[in-house]
Amino acid sequence: MKLLVCISKAPDTTSKIDFVDNNTKFNEAGVQYIVNPYDEWYALVRALELKETLGGTVTTITVGPPEDEAVIRKALAIGADESVRINAVAKDAYFTAFQIADYAKKGGFDIVFTGKETINYNGSQVGGMIAELLNQPFISLASKLDVSGTTATIHKEIPGGTEIVEVNLPFIISAAKGMAEQRIPNMRGIMAARTKPLQIIEPVVTDELVSFVSYDLPKAKSACKYIDPANMAELVHLLHTEAKVI
Amino acid sequence: MSVLVYIDTLSGHIPKSAIEAVYYGSKIGSTTVLTNGPIDKNFLADLGNYGASKVLVNRTLTSSDPSQVSQLVAAAVAAAGATTIVFSMDLTGKAVAPRVSARLKAGLVVGAIDLPADDGTIKVNVFSGKALGKVKVNSAIRIIGLTPNSIPVVKGNSTAVVEEFSADFGQPSVTVKSVEKQKGDILLPEANIVVSAGRGLKGPENWGIVEDLAKVLGAATACSRPVADIGWRPHHEHVGQTGLAIRPDLYIAAGISGAIQHLAGVNGSKVIVVINTDSEAPFFKAADYGIIGDAFDVLPKLTAEISKLKAQH
Repeated sequence: MKLLVCISKAPDTTSKIDFVDNNTKFNEAGVQYIVNPYDEWYALVRALELKETLGGTVTTITVGPPEDEAVIRKALAIGADESVRINAVAKDAYFTAFQIADYAKKGGFDIVFTGKETINYNGSQVGGMIAELLNQPFISLASKLDVSGTTATIHKEIPGGTEIVEVNLPFIISAAKGMAEQRIPNMRGIMAARTKPLQIIEPVVTDELVSFVSYDLPKAKSACKYIDPANMAELVHLLHTEAKVI
Repeated sequence: MSVLVYIDTLSGHIPKSAIEAVYYGSKIGSTTVLTNGPIDKNFLADLGNYGASKVLVNRTLTSSDPSQVSQLVAAAVAAAGATTIVFSMDLTGKAVAPRVSARLKAGLVVGAIDLPADDGTIKVNVFSGKALGKVKVNSAIRIIGLTPNSIPVVKGNSTAVVEEFSADFGQPSVTVKSVEKQKGDILLPEANIVVSAGRGLKGPENWGIVEDLAKVLGAATACSRPVADIGWRPHHEHVGQTGLAIRPDLYIAAGISGAIQHLAGVNGSKVIVVINTDSEAPFFKAADYGIIGDAFDVLPKLTAEISKLKAQH
């Protein structure tokens, strides 16, 4: 099987979030970038498991500048065979999807994996866009994936439950929690990652459909009001008359 | 300006998030709603109360297959001459909106929490609720994915015209084999009030006090990640970074320390009440009301007091 896993970087969950250049740019000073957790823990690891049982190759693809090589090497250390970096700073999700679709079109991949969303932009957009650009099925928010022959059985979240669907290869899938367990790269993997192939490709031209104009931080919460655990009548009174939520 | 709002009504009722999307659309322009499946015509006509002037319903497409729904949406956009398309960013919206965006080359704004400003920019949630962004759309048609529970809805008094809508929506891209429905009357993403608990409850057998409180409040129940991971509660109750992100009016958390990953899933809640024995629990920093105390003691007392309030009103 030929498997393609979309890898994005994301600021570590504990990063301080603030903005510079008149609130138009994320302040990267001191920010530790990680592989976006959904891409790494669920999408990449499930792709590797499928390769281990069914044979084949796992390629990762990242749209990003040279600095993204650290997260790409991490994906290689976990076990991907080779990586592709589209040499561009993504302008919007459509740009990213367009680049990946353009590469995937030529590669003849059986499954293209994305994570459920990135933890910085939370868009959940790229997978569906790639699917449309390739005219292939898209299964979003999948928590289980099994492949047998040319058919896959997938559990996906739907409003109020889980749907079990069957789909023929090839398709695009976005991986949510449950699909696999996180793997920690070992020393051998880290050493091997240094010499695995990383192909750099220049981007194809496309339109920028949306742009971020500026950023802002949410209003600070007012201080917590403490209530005596013996006096739940007061809490109920406050929720009813002050917060007006019950 | 003509607006098309797609809503998923396959459950047989019109979810709150769908009503919000319709109302949101009506504040932008003349709103046509599109849906599919066997939903009752009267329910659809009632969407006039929330600003819809017309509802298009396709009876032949009875699934939410993203490929087919996106083709249906594209046909309706052309029929209505819409320049703005609105989805609720529920599970269906997340699967369909990106396809429509790529299909129509229409800029997609995901996670909108407010109406477009006068300059056309739209405010969105980014960094898992830790920041806000302003987004500008550069294409002729724009798609807005509305975050559930971010705008207040005012009910009016009007009836929408309901029309059958047929279009070529292609072949299904997937085959649905079976569906597992979660138990419980109130779905977590739609709940106005959520009562949540964590490892502080010590074991699944102790969830009765959580459910009792949820019951008197008409709330849904939720849990922290460790509780779902060790199997005390089902995974669909897990809220947080890797679970569900919710924005209820009231979130009550008992025995949850409030790690940053948990907060990422609940920080959009309007009011947060935290109950924890540890006064140093980080959750208190995000709380509106805090109770330093034992959930086993506090929850039954709170349930009793709320029952009293409900009896008076």
